[in-house]
Amino acid sequence: MRDTDAGTDGHAISDDLHGEPLEIQMGPSHPATHGTVRINLKLDGERIIDADIQVGYLHRGYEKECESGEWSQAIPYTDRLNYASPMINNVGYCLAAEKLLGVTVPPRGQFIRTIASEISRLSDHFTCLGASAMELAAMTPFLYGVQAREHVWDLHEALCGARVTTNYVRIGGLQSDLPPGFVDLCRGKLKAALAIFADVDRLLTQNPIFRERMEGTGRLPAADLIAYGVTGPLLRAAGVGYDVRKAEPYLVYDQLDFDVPVGSNGDNYDRYLVRVEEVHQSARIIEQCLDRLPEGPVDVDDPRLRWPAKSKVFNRMEELIDQFKLVTEGMRPPAGEVYQAVEGANGELGFYLVSNGTGKPWKCRCRAPSFSNTHAMRDMVRGALLADIVPTFDMINMIGGECDR
Amino acid sequence: MIKLRARFDADVRSVHAFRGDLTAEIAPARLVEICRYLRDDVELAFDFLADVTAVDYIGTTPRFEVVYHLKSLTRGHRLRLKARVSEDDPRIGSLVGVWRGADWLERETWDMYGIRFDGHPDLRRIYLYEEFDGHPLRKDYPKERRQPLVSRADLDAPQARRQEERDRARYGRWH
Repeated sequence: MRDTDAGTDGHAISDDLHGEPLEIQMGPSHPATHGTVRINLKLDGERIIDADIQVGYLHRGYEKECESGEWSQAIPYTDRLNYASPMINNVGYCLAAEKLLGVTVPPRGQFIRTIASEISRLSDHFTCLGASAMELAAMTPFLYGVQAREHVWDLHEALCGARVTTNYVRIGGLQSDLPPGFVDLCRGKLKAALAIFADVDRLLTQNPIFRERMEGTGRLPAADLIAYGVTGPLLRAAGVGYDVRKAEPYLVYDQLDFDVPVGSNGDNYDRYLVRVEEVHQSARIIEQCLDRLPEGPVDVDDPRLRWPAKSKVFNRMEELIDQFKLVTEGMRPPAGEVYQAVEGANGELGFYLVSNGTGKPWKCRCRAPSFSNTHAMRDMVRGALLADIVPTFDMINMIGGECDR
Repeated sequence: MIKLRARFDADVRSVHAFRGDLTAEIAPARLVEICRYLRDDVELAFDFLADVTAVDYIGTTPRFEVVYHLKSLTRGHRLRLKARVSEDDPRIGSLVGVWRGADWLERETWDMYGIRFDGHPDLRRIYLYEEFDGHPLRKDYPKERRQPLVSRADLDAPQARRQEERDRARYGRWH
């Protein structure tokens, strides 16, 4: 009888049915999480009381490895941080090392680095948007997203020969100049990728099922996000227009014309929309760079950092010595410490390097955006429904390699 | 920076800027107080804790240096705070009460360097398992050291036995 009395208020009925909170574990390697993570959930029915997010499944001692190699030997490890956007990591590490050394790369090198960064951002966003649809059970946009990403990876391949583990940027320059015909190839591939991406956009953005899962879920106020150290599309979706490319311009971003999209709600749908718009802005940046690409060298003219041309090494004594010393001893930045931030695909990607004047980094820390973003997820899902974890985790876009280092 | 000096005087031990990165070395005992001031002061407004880590200067005393990277999103400036902690009792105040993001970052620093953060609500290892012995980013932790949860011998034992049984079935007692 009591139940019918309380029948007007649905909660009163369910209160009588309360039992123990249910504890379940999502992951490691849950099919709907892109990134290996374990979430220990405490549930009241479908509602999440608490979530303990456990990372570290991809921890492989990035920092220890970097400290035991030479300065330039850390670059391949940075590829494997965020493997969805490897070039940005390369650029970030090399910029930090160059800041330590006090050198600046010539304009052409900077433009190419900007192109490389934005190509990688496209790759990351295609992956994130496609995978998030897949994890909400829409397979087609994922396949389209991957197809668009293939075009972008063709550009990686043209630049450096590898599709994922690029290892393209060098301290003081680049592995090589652009291959012949790259500008036209890049324009063509960009057009093809965007055409496919337009289909993803058409399939998802106004899709009622997709919107219902995304709208209003995973929301956290901007002040909380800042307190958690969240950056990137997540923070911008909440209305804070913080973008390292605008706030502390590096490379040639201050000469380029692009917008930083911001959202207003800070929910998953806004995060999705911000990423979609960033794809178009990245394409805009690449177009501008291709138009204005200057001629000239891509490397700094400094034999302590970059190898001399092979023709000189084989024919002249000085250059032979330079190459020998660089190969056997490596570069020796002055003692000191620097922090350099770049805008990664998921937020502020920082490198904190400490040198004691020897040929090896004393400390090679990476401030990973995924780490702080994943940390904030606990508050995003607390009180939400179990099903909201999937879209929230998608939009956080936790990349194991970067989060676990 | 001048403001910080004026207010905390002797507890700001040194201030320098290398390649444009402003750095202040402070007394570890007053870290939380200084950080709260840095966050709440209207002109400084360091609302964003970008990173917490440590550096192991082995052979010097105090051995460890805990490093904080702060940023003000509203004002746009950055600051690096450093505090030295000793080898025998590496502990420092926790900043979880100032910036919530410090939670995981401090757990990571504990995991990697073994620095205790007083007042941290849940100081567990974050990457490694609880049974792990030592802190791998310390310079005296050898890179080659392996600590599998299940030892190689345990893993191999049943497999080797099965192999032996298979061999015996196949080749008889002469194998």
